[in-house]
Amino acid sequence: MTMTAQPVRSESAPRPTASRQFIDKVFKARELAVAVVLVVMLLATQISNGEFLSEQGIKDLLLNSTILVLVATGQAVVVITRNVDLSVGSVLGISAFAAGNYLQSGGNSLIAVLLAVALGAVFGALNGALVSLGKVPALVVTLGTLYVVRGIDSIWVGSRQITADGLPSGFVDFGTNGISVVPYLALLTLAVLLCVGYYLRSYRSGRDMYALGSSPEAANLAGVPVRKRIMTAYVLCGALAGLAGALYLARFGNVDSATGNGYELTVVSAVVVGGVAFTGGAGTVYGAALGALLLTSINSVLPALGVSSVWVTAINGLLLLLAIAVDRILALRVAAVLRKQAAQMRSARHD
Amino acid sequence: MTDITAPKPTARRGLGGTVRWDTAVGVLLVLLLLFSFSFVDNFGNALNVSFLIGNTLPIALIALPMTMLVVSGEVDLSVGSTVGLSSAVMGALWNQGMAIETIIPICLVLGVVCGLVNGLLVTRLGLPSLAVTIGTMAAYRGIAQIVLGSDSVTDFPSQYLDFGAGHFGDTFIPYAALPFVVLLAIAVVVLHGTPVGRSLFAIGASEEAARFAGIRVKRLKLSMFVTTGLLSALTGVFWTLHYASARYDNASGLELSVIAAVLLGGIDFDGGKGTLGGAIAGVFLLGTLQNVMSLVNVSAQSQILVTGVLLVISVLAPRVGRQLAQARARKKTATPPLSPAPATS
Amino acid sequence: MTHPEPETTPVLALEEVSKSFGAVRALRGVSLRLYAGEAHALAGENGAGKSTLIKALAGVHRPDAGTVLLDGAPVEFHGPADARDAGVAVIYQEPTLFPDLSVAENIFMGRQPRRSLNRVDHRAVKRAAADLFARLGVDLDPDQPARGLSIADQQLVEIAKALSFDARVLIMDEPTAALTGSEVARLFGVVKTLREQGAAVLFISHRLEEIFALCQRVTTLRDGALIGSEPLEGLTEDDLVRRMVGRDLDELYPKQETEAGEVALQVRRLTREGVFTDVSFEVRRGEIVGLAGLVGAGRSEVARAVFGVDRFDGGEVEVLGTSLKPGAPSVAMAAGLALVPEDRRAQGLVMDMSIERNIGLTGFAETTRAGLMNRKAERSRSVDWAVKLQVKYARLADVVGTLSGGNQQKVVLAKWLATGPQVLIVDEPTRGIDVGTKAEVHRLLSSLAAEGVAVLMISSDLPEILGMADRVLVMHEGRLTAEIPRAEATEETVMAAATGRTKEGSAAA
Repeated sequence: MTMTAQPVRSESAPRPTASRQFIDKVFKARELAVAVVLVVMLLATQISNGEFLSEQGIKDLLLNSTILVLVATGQAVVVITRNVDLSVGSVLGISAFAAGNYLQSGGNSLIAVLLAVALGAVFGALNGALVSLGKVPALVVTLGTLYVVRGIDSIWVGSRQITADGLPSGFVDFGTNGISVVPYLALLTLAVLLCVGYYLRSYRSGRDMYALGSSPEAANLAGVPVRKRIMTAYVLCGALAGLAGALYLARFGNVDSATGNGYELTVVSAVVVGGVAFTGGAGTVYGAALGALLLTSINSVLPALGVSSVWVTAINGLLLLLAIAVDRILALRVAAVLRKQAAQMRSARHD
Repeated sequence: MTDITAPKPTARRGLGGTVRWDTAVGVLLVLLLLFSFSFVDNFGNALNVSFLIGNTLPIALIALPMTMLVVSGEVDLSVGSTVGLSSAVMGALWNQGMAIETIIPICLVLGVVCGLVNGLLVTRLGLPSLAVTIGTMAAYRGIAQIVLGSDSVTDFPSQYLDFGAGHFGDTFIPYAALPFVVLLAIAVVVLHGTPVGRSLFAIGASEEAARFAGIRVKRLKLSMFVTTGLLSALTGVFWTLHYASARYDNASGLELSVIAAVLLGGIDFDGGKGTLGGAIAGVFLLGTLQNVMSLVNVSAQSQILVTGVLLVISVLAPRVGRQLAQARARKKTATPPLSPAPATS
Repeated sequence: MTHPEPETTPVLALEEVSKSFGAVRALRGVSLRLYAGEAHALAGENGAGKSTLIKALAGVHRPDAGTVLLDGAPVEFHGPADARDAGVAVIYQEPTLFPDLSVAENIFMGRQPRRSLNRVDHRAVKRAAADLFARLGVDLDPDQPARGLSIADQQLVEIAKALSFDARVLIMDEPTAALTGSEVARLFGVVKTLREQGAAVLFISHRLEEIFALCQRVTTLRDGALIGSEPLEGLTEDDLVRRMVGRDLDELYPKQETEAGEVALQVRRLTREGVFTDVSFEVRRGEIVGLAGLVGAGRSEVARAVFGVDRFDGGEVEVLGTSLKPGAPSVAMAAGLALVPEDRRAQGLVMDMSIERNIGLTGFAETTRAGLMNRKAERSRSVDWAVKLQVKYARLADVVGTLSGGNQQKVVLAKWLATGPQVLIVDEPTRGIDVGTKAEVHRLLSSLAAEGVAVLMISSDLPEILGMADRVLVMHEGRLTAEIPRAEATEETVMAAATGRTKEGSAAA
């Protein structure tokens, strides 16, 4: 009886696309917004302090951000799957020391880097196993492994310290030199970033990560191997934290048991500021990288403007709050637009 | 203070589903204390015990409201920073020559404001408390740094410092333990004996069902965040006086210790389950363990490791237990369903 | 079951399948055979076990006993992916899509066309999705995100997904519940084509006329047991109802005649933007007013706004002359209003709490002394009401989640009746509970009305509305479209208003 004709609403009537475009824009605008803020901030600083964007200035800026960008890239993958990894700071610290320790006893630079990456991957696998098999909230588990890894690191390192003079000169040069103003480290980081970005976009398993974060229930119904993908995300995140540890060693040449302490918060801030939603399924590693770039730049901008560095922490925190609040308000706005649109379609049919 | 728990059908079950988790933690604490008094040199002397209690009190104080927050399904990671901010403001105002009787209330009000900011962001904007308090954790610590820089202020009036560090006569009980016991009693009554507590459990177990039962979810959550801020600020004051040092980086990482202890005490991170007795037992278990490890010369670093392992175990064990229980239940489904006894009374 | 069946092997079949959830036996030895090119209807009341059966076919639940047969050979589905790979597609009432991803990706997730180096071929994904939509004759943009699609469009995405892997079995769980007439027509067109191409279809609907329009064979379930499986030809709607209900309708709907008294609930021009518009009605003491409409028409939303769980943007709610503050359930409760919500498990009960404490949640005012809980008072209040409603339980301290659906619903009712409400709103009061308990709930509602309580009953179960209500209000797409007195309320008049085919007032024709 419901099939009898009613004034037929044309099924192919153009759907209200204006609001849809608004929504699309909202979700794509994030990277752009962060990029604009970044550029404006850098230019403004340059205008008030001509020394800021000197050759050395640019080099420092890039060098300072590479490590955070790397870790944020890995973290973004984990956050896209609707999880989080708080142990990255500890993993970075222990990997850096492992690589340094090996190099000090006369090791090969390349193997040292691989060692750091492998060590990071192992800890990532541990996190992934706990999260995916134990079905324990990622935050709590990785809070635990943050302690565990830091504890192991501290016991192992003790009061020892690795200094640049104990490292092969080639390794240290790699950490500071580059092609004109672009340091090698930045090139390496950029390559990694592009690879991970391309993987997430163009491989089935990469798309699965988004599916998983967007709706775990639907992912399960669609036959996405949930545990395997969570595992992959954590191993990738751990491996990148390990790589970041090796680069840290190359850049600063100085590692002790406190290296990477408290880093997890900066990383999470960078990822969220860059538009990767805590609720998973949305955002890109490029956004996370921009977020990392923005946060590190603030660190350099403040001294250049003559502002005391005590402001840095507070500004980082406020930025994070701003990012999640803006996200939320926009999401509410989008929901309201959709609701209104549905109501309009209805009343259009009633008239 | 291990057995203040009332029997609760909602309490988290241990591995076999037979032993209650919080009871197990309480028993473990008693065993550890007995062992330590008997076999660990210097553990039993008054000075050490007062150290132990004094060092554990900040965690215990914050664990009171944190337990309620976690029971209601939220969390506050900014508590350590609020302690630091309270301490920094205390130092800064003292440096400016303000009377300490004025400073302390200001610090407490500041704590309320900190809690209010967290609570409003969570309840008004509907943001996850985790994300919010990671943000305010950085923000409050940053403000503390702006207020006091890297100075440290130590010259507080001696009668206040004595209160923070001293203990009753020849006993090992610090003065500060007294207000803590009062607060603990209030917290136990509120969580386990009033509609507020009942409602918090309901919110944590199912926020939507609580809302449909007419419980004022947002208001309750907001008041819990405010209480947490207030007690964190109070802890900041105590910390400053106890260690005679106001610094912006006081109590760094305290939030992790509090959460680890609370989870160890059997509070389910997903909300709705646990007892305050368990949480406090967890706090003192962790505190005693660290104290004993220091006495037997285990390094501070190894203590971090132990904390981490305990945290992982305490969240993993009940879930593994639950999965085992479910597997067992699945085997039993072949048997006919239980025939419910008719209600008689 | 002795009716002749096609000689061929069924594509997908269940043999003697049983499944229990705790104390609830959802399926008891049920068999079902789906044949290629045949549309098979699954009939049964709410709670008869239809959803469980579908989930067994879809690999979501594994049966406790019995076998699933694919082309005559036993198979074991370890998950939805296994069923999908075997060619079984399921379209749920409310599809589960990835809101952040594009429609095209939603269709091909995990099966995207690939190009060199195993890379996903985004262009091919988009093209294939566009092809599928063209085959279905619908206008959806493959690039748009799934977030914000209407339920009808979401179902089309699911059907496109089924098409994309050449599903041999298409299972549809009440797909028409939230659709308008033209959307239903479009859906049926698509399904008929698929069936003619050789797909086996399993179709579930509350609307009997849809079953007759689309299907060739019907299997009926009651209380988890198989009643029969037979060709539809030669059956009447009444035959089907008798098989589904299995008892006299009078016994199931024990409506007492009552005198309507003063107005107890007055709703004036209530509006929540984008959800419902300009809803006005009143409920008098002693009356049971039915609120009918399709899923998604906004009935539950009105109830939630009246009770204060949601805010409303305009209008007014009065309970016994007191105007209610928007968004304040505690105020509504104090005024004498109670709401038994739609979703018992998520809204009605705190599943991890004991029976005693669940009932106690609404009674803090009675069970506290000087701000402290009085456990004795709480206990005796809970016992009183649990006994009054004949809740079957072992101990009052048992977690409410261990009870059967019907007993859970009784606990929800106890929880609210304990507040002594003057106005009681019940939203789908008998969804998913067995026939016996259903009759008990109806008797209870009827006697409450006789005692002078004003009852507003929201239900998707038309016989229930027709059997119990003194007056029927009908909503369509967020508006109240008809008010039909008991004498004039029939399936036709109510459905006509619910599907928007009549304007207010003309329904009684």
